Amino acid sequence: MRPGTEAELAEAVATAQGPLAIVGGGTRGVRPETGEVIETGGLSGITLYEPGALTLVVQAGTAVAEVETALAAEGQRLAFEPMDHRGLLGTVGAPTIGGVIAANVSGPRRIQAGAARDFALGVRFVDGTGTVIRNGGRVMKNVTGYDLVKLTAGSWGSLGVLTEVALKVLPAPAAQGSVVLTGLSTERAVAAMSRTLGSPFEVTGAAHLPEGPDGAPVTMIRVEGFEEQVRYRTGRLQALLEGFGAAHVALDTAADWAAIRDVKPFHEAAGDVWRVSCKPSDAPALAEKAGASGLIFDWGGGLIWVLMPKGTDLRTRLGDFGGHATLVRAAPETRAQLGTFQSEPAPVAALTAGLRARFDPKGLFNPGLMARAA
Amino acid sequence: MQMPQPDPSILAKKDRLRDRLSEVLPAEAVISDPAEAKVYECDALTAYACPPMLAVLPGSTEEVAAVLKICHQEGVPVVPRGSGTSLAGGALPTADSVILGVARMSDVLETDYENRFIRVQTGRTNLSVTGAVEAEGFFYAPDPSSQLACAIAGNVAMNSGGAHCLKYGVTTNNLMGVKMVLMDGTVVELGGAHLDAGGLDLLGVVCGSEGQLGVVTEATLRILHKPEGARPVLMGFDSSEAAGACVADIIRSGVLPVAIEFMDKLCIEACEDFAKAGYPLCEALLIVEVEGSDPEIAAQLETILEIARRHDPVELREARDADDAARIWLGRKSAFGAMGVLNDYMCLDGTIPVSALPEVLRRMGEMSEEFGLKVANVFHAGDGNMHPLILFDANTPGQLEICEAFGAEILKLCVEVGGCLTGEHGVGVEKRDLMRVQYGDADLEAQMAVKDVFDPAWLLNPAKVFPLDASGARRQRDVAA
Repeated sequence: MRPGTEAELAEAVATAQGPLAIVGGGTRGVRPETGEVIETGGLSGITLYEPGALTLVVQAGTAVAEVETALAAEGQRLAFEPMDHRGLLGTVGAPTIGGVIAANVSGPRRIQAGAARDFALGVRFVDGTGTVIRNGGRVMKNVTGYDLVKLTAGSWGSLGVLTEVALKVLPAPAAQGSVVLTGLSTERAVAAMSRTLGSPFEVTGAAHLPEGPDGAPVTMIRVEGFEEQVRYRTGRLQALLEGFGAAHVALDTAADWAAIRDVKPFHEAAGDVWRVSCKPSDAPALAEKAGASGLIFDWGGGLIWVLMPKGTDLRTRLGDFGGHATLVRAAPETRAQLGTFQSEPAPVAALTAGLRARFDPKGLFNPGLMARAA
Repeated sequence: MQMPQPDPSILAKKDRLRDRLSEVLPAEAVISDPAEAKVYECDALTAYACPPMLAVLPGSTEEVAAVLKICHQEGVPVVPRGSGTSLAGGALPTADSVILGVARMSDVLETDYENRFIRVQTGRTNLSVTGAVEAEGFFYAPDPSSQLACAIAGNVAMNSGGAHCLKYGVTTNNLMGVKMVLMDGTVVELGGAHLDAGGLDLLGVVCGSEGQLGVVTEATLRILHKPEGARPVLMGFDSSEAAGACVADIIRSGVLPVAIEFMDKLCIEACEDFAKAGYPLCEALLIVEVEGSDPEIAAQLETILEIARRHDPVELREARDADDAARIWLGRKSAFGAMGVLNDYMCLDGTIPVSALPEVLRRMGEMSEEFGLKVANVFHAGDGNMHPLILFDANTPGQLEICEAFGAEILKLCVEVGGCLTGEHGVGVEKRDLMRVQYGDADLEAQMAVKDVFDPAWLLNPAKVFPLDASGARRQRDVAA
């Protein structure tokens, strides 16, 4: 099914006889095995764009590329830097903005600017009874009633099918630059990143590759702004990093950051790929426990991309660490066995299950996706 | 404004409830004497007051859980309270309710500069969170104007904002985790020292739920290093259109100021009389503040001033030093006090798209004539969050009602132009009956379904946020149960 309007989509959900697999661009690799496919691509186009108010309202099935082109024409951007999953997952198709919000997809800048969910101002969605629900709006400050926008962001379609989202956008700075350190152990790298993230210099990316392009560890710390600002801040960061070895400044690191955002080092590597969200200072010990075949640290250590031998249960190895591990790339059998999402403590799982039952009483949407009870 | 009739069967339980609560709390934490309970009869929306049946002041999450479990068993409504600074009546009791105040829980539990967070008990005041980390150069960004008094519990409940949200966001963008007690006494932890939820973003819907989903007892908050410096510039214009266009152009230019504040003529005059900050007596005034090192500030201000000059300002004043900066902020910061000298006032909180500013100001002026009450405007222009102050005389019979009717019309206008009823104060009881202006029945039903899941008996702060007739069946079902 590919409804062309919100009303058609609502009708399709209202009359659905069995499970539905919601697909935006189909690039995020979580399409349920079962269920009739319902595509959002027919709901496409920018409804409203006010650069002077930093506001964009867009149909959920609109391609991310179309959104980014429109923003770039006004010198603006999606500040949360959404990842493109295609290279990692070997998927094809055009990622949609609805998919970005439904999966709360953010990139390296999440650590400073916020996640996709922080930039979502409003949503329209169709719940499991076929009812159209609006929440939030198109203004930056809005506490009118409950924030179902945050609840739907990152819900992977389990509460409803997004039909429209309103986003806060931000100016794209004129320049960026990175301070680059080489040869650091993971412990030292996390310490270095932590020092810069606790500085006044508004670091917008802090990542560590234990195996950089030439095999040696590389740590990169990014700042963005106008040219003098980038020059000033990279200089101050260099000084701040005294004691962590030679730090050089690179101004042409946009491609490196895109590679980190899209987990490029694992594109061609065999194995399962996990995404671990943790307290940054826990990252070195967690990485040790993982016994991984590959590691990438983003968000100053708070996000670890872990390459594991196929079928390995990373969660068991990590134990209870206060964060969560999501299985991003794996064979269907592994997904079925280990689960894509980390299970939740019983009282939280009960709330999640209760919400799903209320928003999707017939259990139509993406059955099997999202967390299970521990 | 209507509140549900107190339930006589609940009032009849007062003594038993007091005794049961006294078994799980220290004696001084259970307040049953009507004279003492009167302290909790209202919050900062002082037009409405009603003493609660009882008030309790638990000292730990375990005590909160014990209290809620008992109230749940007894079927007694509970109204959570932080510092009682809500402007929307969020902590207004009913006569058959128990006030649960978190004021005794104000400890810092953990400060972690390496991972940039602080974990506090939620009775702690907003400003004292920054106070706990500023020696290390850090701060907690959301800064509601009541920050000296308001508690983190209330900030989380209302998703509070402040003057610096354009750059730093509001509470929900700075809240990493909570420990929360559900109405049946279950303790849940959401989020923590890591970023983003592994499952549904329950933290996202708890923040801003106005104490209706649970009682938040601990919060993990993101802390940031302070900027190297900050400097404001003041601009005067002879029309609000020019000021509004200037705001949009600044935002489009790519400079992201930390604050853009707007004041209209009536507000400027009142502030000038009160604080003598040396403001130009013009139609509209902007204060724009940027942050960074001295050269970074200078570069940003150069861009901003160049934009301002294109809009024919009647005044442009750059702060040369800290004294200048303080003087520029002086008038703005005394705006509410200055209005209080003029008259009683009601402070609204709607948000509008920045582009609608001139139209909204014009129509508000027309309404002001119609209702015969003056309205002054001071607001966060960068994010469109308006704070119209309607001046009235509380001692003149009927004026409060006229003022409320005028306020309702302004909020309807905010929604009509694409905005919302409340940007940072919350719905509470104040805007409860206007919710249908912004949301349809299905939209409200979806929100109430969330409460059904967290608090099936509808006992937590039940008479707030949703129009009473919309929530009535849910609330009454449970009284009967």
